[in-house]
Amino acid sequence: MTTDKVLMKGNEAFAEAAIRGGARLYFGYPITPQSEVPEYMSRELPKHGGCFVQAESELGAINMAYGAGAAGGTVFISSSSPGVALMQEGMSFLCSAEVPLLAMNVSRGGPGIGGIQPAQADYFQVTRGGGNGDYRIPVFAPASIQEAVDLLYEGTDLAQYWRNPVMVLADGMIGQMMEPVKLPEFKPVLSPSEIAGRRDWACTGFDDRGGDQNRRVVKSLRMQPEKLEEHVEKLFKKYAQMETELSRYETENLKGADVVFVAFGTTARICREACEILAAQGIKAGLIRPISLWPFPEKAFDEIDFGATKAVISAELSMGQMISDVKLALNGRLPVFLAHRTGGMVPTSPEVAARAKAVLEGLK
Amino acid sequence: MRRLIVIAGHYGSGKTELAVSLAMELAAQKDRPYPRLAVVDLDVANPYFRSRERTALLEEHGVRVYGDVYHSTGAAAELPALTAALRAPLEDEGCQTIVDLGGNDAGARVLRQFGKYFEGDDHELWAVVNFRRYETLTLQTAREHVESIQSELRLPVYGLVNNTHLLRETTPEILLEGYEKARALSEEMGVPLLFTCYPAGIIDPGDLGGIAPLRPLGLYMRPAYLDK
Repeated sequence: MTTDKVLMKGNEAFAEAAIRGGARLYFGYPITPQSEVPEYMSRELPKHGGCFVQAESELGAINMAYGAGAAGGTVFISSSSPGVALMQEGMSFLCSAEVPLLAMNVSRGGPGIGGIQPAQADYFQVTRGGGNGDYRIPVFAPASIQEAVDLLYEGTDLAQYWRNPVMVLADGMIGQMMEPVKLPEFKPVLSPSEIAGRRDWACTGFDDRGGDQNRRVVKSLRMQPEKLEEHVEKLFKKYAQMETELSRYETENLKGADVVFVAFGTTARICREACEILAAQGIKAGLIRPISLWPFPEKAFDEIDFGATKAVISAELSMGQMISDVKLALNGRLPVFLAHRTGGMVPTSPEVAARAKAVLEGLK
Repeated sequence: MRRLIVIAGHYGSGKTELAVSLAMELAAQKDRPYPRLAVVDLDVANPYFRSRERTALLEEHGVRVYGDVYHSTGAAAELPALTAALRAPLEDEGCQTIVDLGGNDAGARVLRQFGKYFEGDDHELWAVVNFRRYETLTLQTAREHVESIQSELRLPVYGLVNNTHLLRETTPEILLEGYEKARALSEEMGVPLLFTCYPAGIIDPGDLGGIAPLRPLGLYMRPAYLDK
């Protein structure tokens, strides 16, 4: 079934998937390794009746997204690590005001301005958030361009359904590499009156509402503590529902595995090759690949073959961030180790395999 | 093959794989018309997958690589700047030089400052086309891309290179479909189709219905784990 596939660079495919998913508004500022996304949007969105605005900074971009989303627009934004850091205040505001947004982080090495090579050191940033207050953002981490396309395409609807920002986190490798993809069909675009009707909370103005004269207010300010507590409790009922409905993962070869890798994005692909290397040496290795990072797929860890598995290795392009969630999910059932490179360095699969072997030797 | 080979094309058309494969192929030849061999990496648009990342491999095979502005910073520097040293292989009449441009007209523009080296007739501008790239699926869009590069460079395209592929999902049918389109484009533009590339180890050239000439491409730029 390769006949309908096309070859695309990750960043181009992300932009095209968002357009096909219905996004017609994009606000952004170029930053490597995702600059092809705004480049593509600036060229392609106007052809679909959409609007591209190059913001003065990522701070401007997220607040434009806040305004456009509050007015009922289908908005997509993207950036890379330090740019997403600048957007954190806005993320908190959007969550509080329950404004939908599809956002993407094509992450690079940090901290600070860091470098431009792939990294996964924004795990805490996207799953814990750098904004203030009690809030949550669903985060999905694709391991291929096709998976990213599918998640972004679905993401426009998820954001509207949950009235919350939805984040897709891809490391720079997935943004910069090329892969064959099958693009989904264009979703129908809603008319202004359809938006006013379906998004019955959005500040669309009265003209498109067929006589409905009720005021609509989108805000994050609640001065009375009783009201604010009530609002946050309501948000957390929604987040609890997200935890059961949005948890996603894949497992491979867990049965009889001596060691289990936990890895997302590019690192999961490296671990797959490491599993083959280990198999050739007579060591059985399995893989848990979280697709949703928040909610973290704790259920996946119940599938581990606890009779056989001796250790779990969190493989990350960071100093070890997801490992905290891995430990929480395992709750002391197995020892947890880290295999990592950071700063834009990507481990080779033999390096990861050697780490697993050393861990198993050390446990003897 | 003339002394200066300039490889241009759409983002992701396969310029860099072709540049590295060609350099390795020429490096392996015994009787070369030029004693020295160089790759000039002029890609300042792309941060990853640039031929300078294969400097160690190429230099091991006697190919000089020019691309990094400051040799001390490694391959990852993201600077829209070029080292003056890369004029050396362009000026050296004993050096066969493969110039690997950045993608599209924007990426190709960098070559303009070296215009004086391309006034004579010892150069060839190759336009690489992949008819499975989303933005060059048709004759018309492919032609627009080639023409925009040509007009940006103010150099005529010497020949087209058919590099239609879907990486490891490439089939002989996909390749032959691209070949037919490349031939039509060649006729339409009045520019010869120089050769067709195929991914070595994935496609058996015997399955390509006798089309010629062919050139095998090694996947030098792509880490193996990406295909797991």
